[in-house]
Amino acid sequence: MEKLTLKTTQRYREQQRAVIEKRLKPDQLTGGQMEVMVCRSTGCESIEAKRILERLKKVVNSKGLDDKIHITQTGCFGFCEKGPIVKVLPENVYYVMVKPDDIEEIVEKHFVEGNIVDSMLMEEQQGKTGRREEISLFKKQMRIVLRNNGRIDPESVNEYIAVDGYTALEKVLNGMTPEEVIATLKLAGLRGRGGAGFPIWQKWTNARKAIGENKFIICNGDEGDPGAFMDSSVLEGDPHSVIEAMAIAAYTIGASKGYFYVRAEYGLAIRRIQVAIDQAYALGLLGKNVLGSDFSFDLEIRLGAGAFVCGEETALIASIEGERGTPRPRPPYPSISGLFGMPTVINNVETLANIAPIINNGGEWFASIGTETSKGTKVFALTGKVNVSGLIEVPMGTTIREIVFDIGGGIAGGKKVKAVQTGGPSGGIIPEKYFDTPIDYESLNSLGSMMGSGGMIVMDEDDSMVDIAKFYIQFSVDESCGKCAPCRIGNYQILQILERFGKKRGKEDDLEKLHDIAFAMKKGSLCGLGQTSPNPVISTLKYFPEEYNEKIRKPKIVQTK
Amino acid sequence: METLHEEITDEIRAILDKWKPKEGNLIMILHGVQQRYGYVPWNISKFLASELSVPLARIFEVVTFYNFFNLEAPADYKISVCTGTACHLKGAPVLIQGLKKQLKISPKAQYTEDRKFKVEEVRCVGCCGLAPAMVINEEVYGRLKPEDIEPTLETIKIEETS
Repeated sequence: MEKLTLKTTQRYREQQRAVIEKRLKPDQLTGGQMEVMVCRSTGCESIEAKRILERLKKVVNSKGLDDKIHITQTGCFGFCEKGPIVKVLPENVYYVMVKPDDIEEIVEKHFVEGNIVDSMLMEEQQGKTGRREEISLFKKQMRIVLRNNGRIDPESVNEYIAVDGYTALEKVLNGMTPEEVIATLKLAGLRGRGGAGFPIWQKWTNARKAIGENKFIICNGDEGDPGAFMDSSVLEGDPHSVIEAMAIAAYTIGASKGYFYVRAEYGLAIRRIQVAIDQAYALGLLGKNVLGSDFSFDLEIRLGAGAFVCGEETALIASIEGERGTPRPRPPYPSISGLFGMPTVINNVETLANIAPIINNGGEWFASIGTETSKGTKVFALTGKVNVSGLIEVPMGTTIREIVFDIGGGIAGGKKVKAVQTGGPSGGIIPEKYFDTPIDYESLNSLGSMMGSGGMIVMDEDDSMVDIAKFYIQFSVDESCGKCAPCRIGNYQILQILERFGKKRGKEDDLEKLHDIAFAMKKGSLCGLGQTSPNPVISTLKYFPEEYNEKIRKPKIVQTK
Repeated sequence: METLHEEITDEIRAILDKWKPKEGNLIMILHGVQQRYGYVPWNISKFLASELSVPLARIFEVVTFYNFFNLEAPADYKISVCTGTACHLKGAPVLIQGLKKQLKISPKAQYTEDRKFKVEEVRCVGCCGLAPAMVINEEVYGRLKPEDIEPTLETIKIEETS
């Protein structure tokens, strides 16, 4: 394959765009032409998406429809619970829970006869047109990070290039100075999506100014939150968007080497990233003299090995260095002294996926979305007792109620909603009375939870809050690295107390003890894991004290702090 | 635990050759080893220690820190029940109980007596939309109900005899 240069990319892009033009503009599909997309993300893939794709190709071929019907694999459409999913253009309908044996019927009735197979649409769409705009899950969503998910084949660099992929890198290499990149990000107000919400421009500036023989950029794909799959979906559905952003980051801070740190459990994501890296090298988008410029950038994958704490940046660095993943005290921050002692920028997958659109559309555009303090969108993995679980992206400032009821379709089985949990083991529980709070970093913190990476788990009246708190503390006990005492001992002691409550044998002074231990952990732990792991206990104690009180042996009303 | 002696294959030598010159290579090498043998065998650890010129303890501290690495040979059928939050809420604990009862594994143990089956709890496998889910070897089974356990295990046993 011939390598692209800054001069030739535009022509190459136009050629590639012509190939998939009709998928991007479905109204140009005429005379029985169709574009068919099959989701092949982890969720759908685990339930036979591959066989469905193969079967589709075979049946379409046997009916002699190859000329008219173009079939492709894509990333996640968003409503994972209804998988496997097949999308058909120009009708813009989604067939859900498709089985390989359904393919004949879809091809015969829809592709040949032109009638949509009503019984295979989502329930709420049956008897209607089934078009995308009528599906409640998509209402109120805004896709920036997930812009290409479900739209292009994640294993094709050409399709990514066709949808304006790598234009941001081109723009940067074509004459933006690192300072201009940073100024754009500052204007955009992009904050880290991994949890803490640190301003990206600040991180990049620190690393740019830091002095080091080498500098590194790391993509943190160690998505360890139980109940979160946002990053894996981006990596599986649009790996090039992250690679492009890493190259831009490297150019900006002056790095020439990058690492993709991904959980070993994410087999599909790892494979897709490797395919994407190989393609990018082949086209001259990575490697020596990227796009014929002076900028060189190498990228390689490093695997995690099942340690939640490795999502913490200093532990992640230790892991890439081949050590036990234990955190180090900060400062020095990684942007000054990180991987192998060199200045290092670590950004989360979702953060990076925002970079190219910001460079392309400008900081002002991005800053116009969201709230005063939190700009842009946030991807959530909406799961639990909600009717439609899946992957959603909403502007910051959307309320929890809108997400649970308008997008998620309310609570399954007609039960009453009790709370949502955000931020995973580091986050807290937000009771129903606060559902009208617009979501941003600050509002979630003030409710005793946090943005975290974006898991949102809905709980109904049957879920015991003490049990949920115990679940998360058990997780933190398992995952504490053991380096510092507050986290190692504190989590275990909290678990012991919660176990007593589970057996309805809580003691009267236990609630105070829980508060004391939690306070000590917040103040004394070395890293974010220990500092935040009592949050599920603190927030359930605050909002649902009665559930604790009724599990104390001698019932007595206890006023919690 | 019986210690098995595994053969040092060319594959392992190739992995070493590839990663040896790179900084921070140990975890990637261990991934290669586990992929080849299904676990990190004792004698291979010793071999790595001498090849990489590091103390054996250095290999062991890493292997034992990360959940992904195993020191024991794998079962023929590894059943990993997801215990992520969504799966927990939707009944993962009941699934584990049911599986262990069916396979006659005591609540605290993981393996069947003949070491053919292993039931383990894993954190999020990334398909929360299909909760509760379990993975048998590489295959994911989603949207499970307790009554699905018996037929699923039956299918495996039939596949095996055929």
